[in-house]
Amino acid sequence: MVSKKIKEVFTLGIWKDNPVYRQILGICSALAVTNLMLNSLVMGLGLIFVTAFSELTVSIIRQFTPKHIRMMVQTLIISAYVIIVDILLKAYYPAMSEALGPYVGLIITNCIIMGRCESYAQKNPPLYSFIDGIASGMGYTIVLLIIAFFRELLGFGTLFGFNVMGEAWVSWTLMIMPPGAFFMLGILIWVAYNLFPVDEGGKVKGGATNI
Amino acid sequence: MIDINPLVIFFASIFTNNMILSNFLGMCSFIAVSGEIKTSLGLGQAVTFVLTFTTILNYFIYHYILAPFGLEYLRFIVFIISIAAFVQLVEMVMDRYFETLHYALGIFLPLITVNCAILGVSLFMVIRDYNFYQSLAFGVGSGLGWTLAITAMAGIRTKIKHAKLPKGLEGPGITLIITGLMALAFIGFSGIVQIQ
Repeated sequence: MVSKKIKEVFTLGIWKDNPVYRQILGICSALAVTNLMLNSLVMGLGLIFVTAFSELTVSIIRQFTPKHIRMMVQTLIISAYVIIVDILLKAYYPAMSEALGPYVGLIITNCIIMGRCESYAQKNPPLYSFIDGIASGMGYTIVLLIIAFFRELLGFGTLFGFNVMGEAWVSWTLMIMPPGAFFMLGILIWVAYNLFPVDEGGKVKGGATNI
Repeated sequence: MIDINPLVIFFASIFTNNMILSNFLGMCSFIAVSGEIKTSLGLGQAVTFVLTFTTILNYFIYHYILAPFGLEYLRFIVFIISIAAFVQLVEMVMDRYFETLHYALGIFLPLITVNCAILGVSLFMVIRDYNFYQSLAFGVGSGLGWTLAITAMAGIRTKIKHAKLPKGLEGPGITLIITGLMALAFIGFSGIVQIQ
């Protein structure tokens, strides 16, 4: 029973209700860090950490949080975890911290975390919330990696810094510039809509109107 | 301290370092609200207004409160609180004294707190170590650049409203691809000024 529900949460978070291409949430940072696979991976891990623990915390204190200030409480919880990620990166991986720049801090305004806290952690027990956080974070990371895969492969001819396309490869500079990111995400959304069609009757939760 | 003319920063943040088209900030509201020119313009004005003042506010908070006490690592939390508080304050003042303005911009203000562009500009300001005038120019310029991008996008989307699109590409998909084309066009400006 428990494992079944956990599995359901995972498939929902990663494929069916994927935060990036299905709900169009949190794409600011999705696009900014995807010119290299490694950056995307680190960003994704940071996001999984923040989402999972914020949801856990929000869920634990959900009965004691007054309704009208819950947004502020959630923001503060998220900021606290983002600060942890930022400090850890600065201490152990300064080069990456430099490369990601302000985008680590911008995890705070990443709508995915806020959205999941509000729509899931407010109503569910801590364990499931934690798992939902991991699942949504993984859904996000997978999309980041897919975009980064094409951008790095075509833009630099490398994957995780290793040359795979050979010496003769002519890099598509466009792919590592901003337009490449927009095109890739647009195409990804298109493909995703066709691979996982939306049920005609059931409206997608969240959606683009959910800022 | 880098030495760049504030005017250069102003133009660069509108054209070459546009918040949406080259830094990907404020995308969520950009995609959701760019359906109509009038609404986009309203949101753009509100963003410019809030950006200008929160950048200045955060500049003072960072350099006169956080830095002297060695609390720079708290900047995320402090910036987001100061932005939220500022937006709330503006809303109350507008509600009380500027009825018409509140009517025009009121609905957009709560959205702005979660707009990544606002926090992003403050963080960029800290990372690039701008002085006061540079920060001011950067704040205003970024706001105007954001407004320019969202209004242009709304114009294009109004034009293609009745166009036949492949299934699945309607809505966010085509918006992103158009944004890509716009970003491509804006790269043409990169010869004018460049900051980084």
